Amino acid sequence: MYLPKSTGRRTATAVFLAPSLIGLVVFCLVPMISSLVFSFLNYDLLAGSMDFIGLKNFTRILTGSEFPKVLSHTFTYLGLYLPLILITSVAEALVLNHAFKGRGFFRGVFYTPVITSWVAAAVVWTWVLSGKYGLLNQLLQTVGITGPSWLNSQQWAMPGVVIAAIWKDTGYYALMVLAALKSIDPAYYEAASIDGAGSVRKFFGITLPLLSPTLFLLIVINVIYGLQVFDSVLIMTDGGPGGATTVFLERIYKYAFKQYKMGMASAYSWILFIMIFVMTTVQFWLQKKWVNYDA
Amino acid sequence: MMRNRLRFYAGKMAFYLLLCLMALVTLLPFLWMLSSSFKGSEAIRTIPIRWIPEHPTLEGYQRVFHMQGFSFAQASFNSLFLAVMCTAVQVLSAAMAAFVFTKMPFKGSGKLFSLYLATMMIPGTVTMVPNYIILRVLGLLDTYTGLILPSLANAFGVFLMRQSMMTLSDSYLESALLDGASLYRVFFTIVLPMVAPTLATMILLAFMGSWNSYLWPLIVLTSTEKQTLQVVLGNMNGMYKNNEHVLMAGAVLTILPVLVVYLLSQRKVDAGIALGGLK
Repeated sequence: MYLPKSTGRRTATAVFLAPSLIGLVVFCLVPMISSLVFSFLNYDLLAGSMDFIGLKNFTRILTGSEFPKVLSHTFTYLGLYLPLILITSVAEALVLNHAFKGRGFFRGVFYTPVITSWVAAAVVWTWVLSGKYGLLNQLLQTVGITGPSWLNSQQWAMPGVVIAAIWKDTGYYALMVLAALKSIDPAYYEAASIDGAGSVRKFFGITLPLLSPTLFLLIVINVIYGLQVFDSVLIMTDGGPGGATTVFLERIYKYAFKQYKMGMASAYSWILFIMIFVMTTVQFWLQKKWVNYDA
Repeated sequence: MMRNRLRFYAGKMAFYLLLCLMALVTLLPFLWMLSSSFKGSEAIRTIPIRWIPEHPTLEGYQRVFHMQGFSFAQASFNSLFLAVMCTAVQVLSAAMAAFVFTKMPFKGSGKLFSLYLATMMIPGTVTMVPNYIILRVLGLLDTYTGLILPSLANAFGVFLMRQSMMTLSDSYLESALLDGASLYRVFFTIVLPMVAPTLATMILLAFMGSWNSYLWPLIVLTSTEKQTLQVVLGNMNGMYKNNEHVLMAGAVLTILPVLVVYLLSQRKVDAGIALGGLK
């Protein structure tokens, strides 16, 4: 854009850029570096002590008895959540991809869990998953299944959290898949019909391969989010019962804001960050084997 | 012919059945919440489920507004105030920065923008602890200013606004400048109205995001009278374990405002999802 000399360009540039740039430096870049520094410190906010201890925070976390449990809970969450969210969001998108009356209405219905806050959703699901009087177990009872007391059971607490998360997130990812479905050229299906392919073959032969870039994106995003699962766990189980649902961000929160061990918390967050980074990189590396970008 | 028709209708039936089943699964927890919220403390635990309360009562709602220790009304006001402020700060600062990147580039601005993009990869998980300490050093813990300020760091918003401002033609802005308008005036009276659709979408997403946020307010605001609705509702979950009607009333009141905003603006929100904005 051409700017006349008198417009005070320099001042204006500074004024326009300052709020965002200061915010970025103070609340993003400086914290990133200080977090790394903190992770090498024995930094106790209550005692006010700050001693350099090298890699001790990291070795303490990685060799402790807690870490394997946190890992296993997080991967249980991911292992249940990922396949389920792929199935439900693709199914919902396939349904929404039909032309039918009231589609806007149904889209709205499917999206309401997404706009609901996790706190409200978790409060409602705590009650839905309640042992004897909860909605889910009462529904299961009508088909003759006696459900577990979900959130109070070491074995079933995490699956309970996953069910709530699937309910909450499906609407969001379904719209992502729907956008991808809409971009598939109908000529593929016409050609397949002429060749006599049924709808099942069309789904596995055309739809699924052409959806693979979106599914890949969905998996990458959900691994990143899943490793950082927090709101649901904190409210529904608070890491319990008996530590059965401790996860990364819950640990970081407890170390930092219940025990005020800022060094430990920072080291934990860097371990998490490195895991996110490695798992994302590995997925990008593996995608050549299954993602189809030809269409 | 007849058989084909039959198959067609059978397929259609199966489709509608599936559709309704999915909608039902989505809505049941909400209906359960609504139904429980109008029951009395003895009536919430029944087998089988009574969807329509036998003696509907507002006891749950009354108790929500008369809690010992916290004020739900105050928390609602806090949430509204903070959501509006965070939204304003996030959107305005992002739009201003995007204006510089698109219409007033300077030496090195391209590199600076790449830096903005790079910061999008830094997870909030890593910055959370240092941000808390920065607020502590600045004496801003347990203040609204402290809660709002980090909204300034919004690289994703800058990216979205930049995408939208790139489509504006320069000549329109240039002629206004030649007529003697200042850059500030051009920004507020020409640029912002011209990107109104993106602006509206961003405002919506930012508002819903701020209203629903939990972890940051939980950490920063420690005085009960300053806490937000989400934090208060989260605390209630532990304290009202056997009074689910009170909890459900609280959940209804927490969801309602966002639901109304969403229903009034479904199209805009859908557009926002297309931009990848809401999660």
